[in-house]
Amino acid sequence: MLQYAALIPFFPLAGFIILGLLNKRLPKNLAAVIACGMLLISFGLALGMFMNISGQSQEVQLAPWINVGSFSASFTFLLDPLSSIFLMIITGVGFLIHVYSIGYMHDDEKHNIFFAYLNLFVFFMLVLVMASSYLLMFVGWEGVGLCSYLLIGFWFKNKAYNDAAKKAFIMNRIGDLGFLLGIILLFITFGSSDYHTIFTKANGFMSGDAMITTITLLLFVGAMGKSAQIPLYTWLPDAMAGPTPVSALIHAATMVTAGIYMVARSGILYALSPISMYVVALVGVVTAVFAATIALTQNDIKKVLAYSTVSQLGYMFLGLGVGAFSASVFHVMTHAFFKALLFLCAGSVIHGLAGEQDIRHMGGLRKKLPITFITFLIGTLAIAGIPPFAGFFSKDEILIHAYSSNKLFWALGMLGSMMTAFYMFRLLFLTFSGTYRGDSHKVHPHESPKVMTVPLIILAILSTIGGFVGVPESLGGTSQISKFLDPVFKPAQAKMMMVEGSGGVSEMMLMGITITVVLISIFAAWYMYVSRKSVPVSEGTKLPFFTKLSYHNFYVDEIYSALITKPLDKISELLKNIIENKVIDGVVNASGKVTEWVSGLMRFVQTGNVDFYLLAMVVGIALIIFLKLM
Amino acid sequence: MPIIALLIFTFATALIGLFIPIRYGNRFAFISSLIVFIYSLYLFCTFPITADFQYVVDYSWIQSLGIHFKVGMDGISVLLVMLTTFLTPLIIFSVRKSEPRPRAFYSLLLFMEMALIGVFVSMDGFLFYIFWEIALIPIYFICLLWGGKDRVRITLKFFIYTLTGSLFMLVGLIYLYLHTPGEHSFDIQALYTAGKSLSAHAQCILFWFFFLAFGIKMPIFPLHTWQPDTYSDAPTQGTMMLSGIMLKMGIYGLIRWMIPMLPVGLSQNAQYVMWLSIAGVLYAGIIAFTRKDMKRLLAYSSISHVGLIAAGIFAFNGQGLQGGIIQMLSHGINVVGLFFVVDIIQSRTGTRDIASLGGIRLKAPYLATVFAIIMLGAVALPLTDGFPGEFLLISGVFKFENIMGAVVGLTIIIGAVYMFRMYQRTILGETSLATENFTDLTAGEKAVLIPIVIMVILIGVCPNLFLKVSEPAILKLLGGI
Repeated sequence: MLQYAALIPFFPLAGFIILGLLNKRLPKNLAAVIACGMLLISFGLALGMFMNISGQSQEVQLAPWINVGSFSASFTFLLDPLSSIFLMIITGVGFLIHVYSIGYMHDDEKHNIFFAYLNLFVFFMLVLVMASSYLLMFVGWEGVGLCSYLLIGFWFKNKAYNDAAKKAFIMNRIGDLGFLLGIILLFITFGSSDYHTIFTKANGFMSGDAMITTITLLLFVGAMGKSAQIPLYTWLPDAMAGPTPVSALIHAATMVTAGIYMVARSGILYALSPISMYVVALVGVVTAVFAATIALTQNDIKKVLAYSTVSQLGYMFLGLGVGAFSASVFHVMTHAFFKALLFLCAGSVIHGLAGEQDIRHMGGLRKKLPITFITFLIGTLAIAGIPPFAGFFSKDEILIHAYSSNKLFWALGMLGSMMTAFYMFRLLFLTFSGTYRGDSHKVHPHESPKVMTVPLIILAILSTIGGFVGVPESLGGTSQISKFLDPVFKPAQAKMMMVEGSGGVSEMMLMGITITVVLISIFAAWYMYVSRKSVPVSEGTKLPFFTKLSYHNFYVDEIYSALITKPLDKISELLKNIIENKVIDGVVNASGKVTEWVSGLMRFVQTGNVDFYLLAMVVGIALIIFLKLM
Repeated sequence: MPIIALLIFTFATALIGLFIPIRYGNRFAFISSLIVFIYSLYLFCTFPITADFQYVVDYSWIQSLGIHFKVGMDGISVLLVMLTTFLTPLIIFSVRKSEPRPRAFYSLLLFMEMALIGVFVSMDGFLFYIFWEIALIPIYFICLLWGGKDRVRITLKFFIYTLTGSLFMLVGLIYLYLHTPGEHSFDIQALYTAGKSLSAHAQCILFWFFFLAFGIKMPIFPLHTWQPDTYSDAPTQGTMMLSGIMLKMGIYGLIRWMIPMLPVGLSQNAQYVMWLSIAGVLYAGIIAFTRKDMKRLLAYSSISHVGLIAAGIFAFNGQGLQGGIIQMLSHGINVVGLFFVVDIIQSRTGTRDIASLGGIRLKAPYLATVFAIIMLGAVALPLTDGFPGEFLLISGVFKFENIMGAVVGLTIIIGAVYMFRMYQRTILGETSLATENFTDLTAGEKAVLIPIVIMVILIGVCPNLFLKVSEPAILKLLGGI
């Protein structure tokens, strides 16, 4: 039965092919039904697989792909609890976002092609998580990158959008190079890129093996690109140029978590390399805090959410780095619910305000968009980590593990949580409370149609109850999700020296601290933006130093441009104008000239004058005789 | 016999084509090249998966010098013959009706096809040299008579450049010939034996002789300066022939002749030639960043891609060689597709200047999609034809030396930068003055581009179809040294 799950990716692929080939010949409604229907079938299969998996892992071989000596890979899918959870998220949340898009993209002239791209994306994402080898994972990995490029630049008339799309692709390619080199090293070290072979052989390696460390660090470079970690994060905020459902699906719920999936999947390799684990945790926690500080001052509703995604992804890496694999996967799931919800709410707001994205021109939308408001509130509570909403349980578990591994990481994580609660409530208050600050003559805020609000409601429910699958034992739960994932992560966990317990401080107390800090933040946000009704200053006003840095993303884009992009273009011109034209071609042309010059000299000798020839002959003979006599 | 049939048929059609009434010229040339393709497809499909040469024909030609007319095909040859016969009909079909002196043009293209097939099937050193030089004649006239403004100077430079290389090869071949055991012979096996029996020092010197010949043809950095000028000034079909098929002569020469003859020469110089190749990958790729002319940008991208192929082949392991072979096919297909797209754009707008284009997707979505797919092949996205080759080549180089693999791997970033930049500036955005009245692909243009798109995906999804054909020959090559 289980092997039917191998068909899951092919429905969205079929959808893409049908929509791609027929395109405008299909009526919009039919196209939407096909796209959503394909996802629904996949979701049904994924659900069936989820129900029947119970800790098994099964490979389904479809076809060979590349065979060159030991460097071979086939189209083979792996069905196990880890892939099953991701399949559920991708097809489930993906389906809701597809439905939402029917409303959001209804009037777009490229409606059908949008759905075609979305289906293609889902296909590649499913390949990514179902692959049974790193090389096949790479297929999905680059494929989702392509779809991300196509969808960020979906409105391709706009240069800024195209730039954002190109930037996303190229930054991802930087990460992909690391990933690819990691795969090649895996081939060389293990003679294969199949998980099964590698993970079995990895058991024979000592902890701290240099080769394993190199491999895991290279793989992590790939993860940094795809999951937007420092220093490869700057593409994600720009990626908000894409239509909002794209931001929800690709740049929040699914694609950007591919890096977490990859590290979790390679758990046993990371477990063998304490250095890599430390790097993962460090990059994660630094990104979590850094991105949160930027989110504090953003005024674009989608930018706030984008930096928040970067920050939350950082938390997931923190979890992986401290060995809390299942907690990280848990957070991937809850984050998929509440971040997809928040983005779709943002989309609903933008839709209701005829394209407005600046929160300085919002306010007071609570009454006008009641469903959006309630669901956004739920999403905000979930991300801030207020119990019993979903984000609380997953983030808390990460923080508890961080505490037992490294107190500093925990403290930084806490700081990040504090800022998260603040910027999210700032966003909520500025958008929905107070009075409307936009031009009420031109814009008439209105609630979105059902096709958009129903997905919001479903996601809001999931964001409310989704955390209950991972209630820790200290709160009387059974932590079902970690039990479910146990068969996958057990070998890795066995390799790690896990510090159990939290060193005297009880889990309850840590939770208490977290909740207190978060509540204080929320109060601060309420005081500033509700009680004192302050609104961020408009563009061009002089900002305090730190605010200015934060508002401008610490000028990282400018720094990259000055250090990398511009110098490379200069070098390009220099190579062409100096090395190519003057040096290399100079030598080539000079050799031509020398030949001409020599032949010119020779011409003088061939004067056609018999006297000269005779003279030369006599001199020559004399010379020969003279030399002989010497 | 099949090989002789191929050679005679193409040669005969090239001759007859000169006397066909002008209005049938296109159809005649296209149909005869199509027949060649179908026949070679049949050969390919029935090709036995062994390392031995098939369809060998051996006539004594110049008895006193031990020169034979000896031809045959192994898995490597058959793939390259396939590439030639697949691309030639497309190239012929892509010729615009407005081309002056069409009959001569078609005949030269067919004549060139014959010479290229000859290069890929020769099993006698002298015969190889003859075909190698014959192939230069038609392309010389194509560039000289149908080229752009500066064609006389550029074609002369191209001609002298490659002729110089060829002379070094001739000297090398004669030197080896004189060292063949017993009665001197140009037979491939005799030359292999002769080369291997040479001292390390002699092998190294000869290695550089052959390197010049093959390196100029491909071209490898820094022997490449004829190429961007020639590519951008030649008529589109000439550029397609040069970049799609002719440069593979150089790569084929490395695999078939140079490396098996001079294994010690390679092992002693591999470090240098690989670094040269890798330098070319980065150098040409970075120059491509700021090119303003689409054709020139593609010319530099071709140098960059070929550098990677060369590096993989010099690494001389299974991955590098197999990667090199499949990449020869996909590079040929991609580059012909890309140059044709440029030709279409130029024929519509009168310019190839990237800055004055833009917004073509608004007017010609079909062209934009086809262009995108071929471009993805060129940047080696998985499931397109560029990926198996690039992955295997980088792996091969990496296996040879890690640091080289890491450096040459940068190509996947660099390639994406210049390709996506060009695509964005020409196809996306708002329309410009030049592209305001752009029309989408005609049926004829689709007929050329759709087979290319199909191949881009076919090679990407089923690379084994091709890899398994050349595998036995590659294993034999690896085992024989």
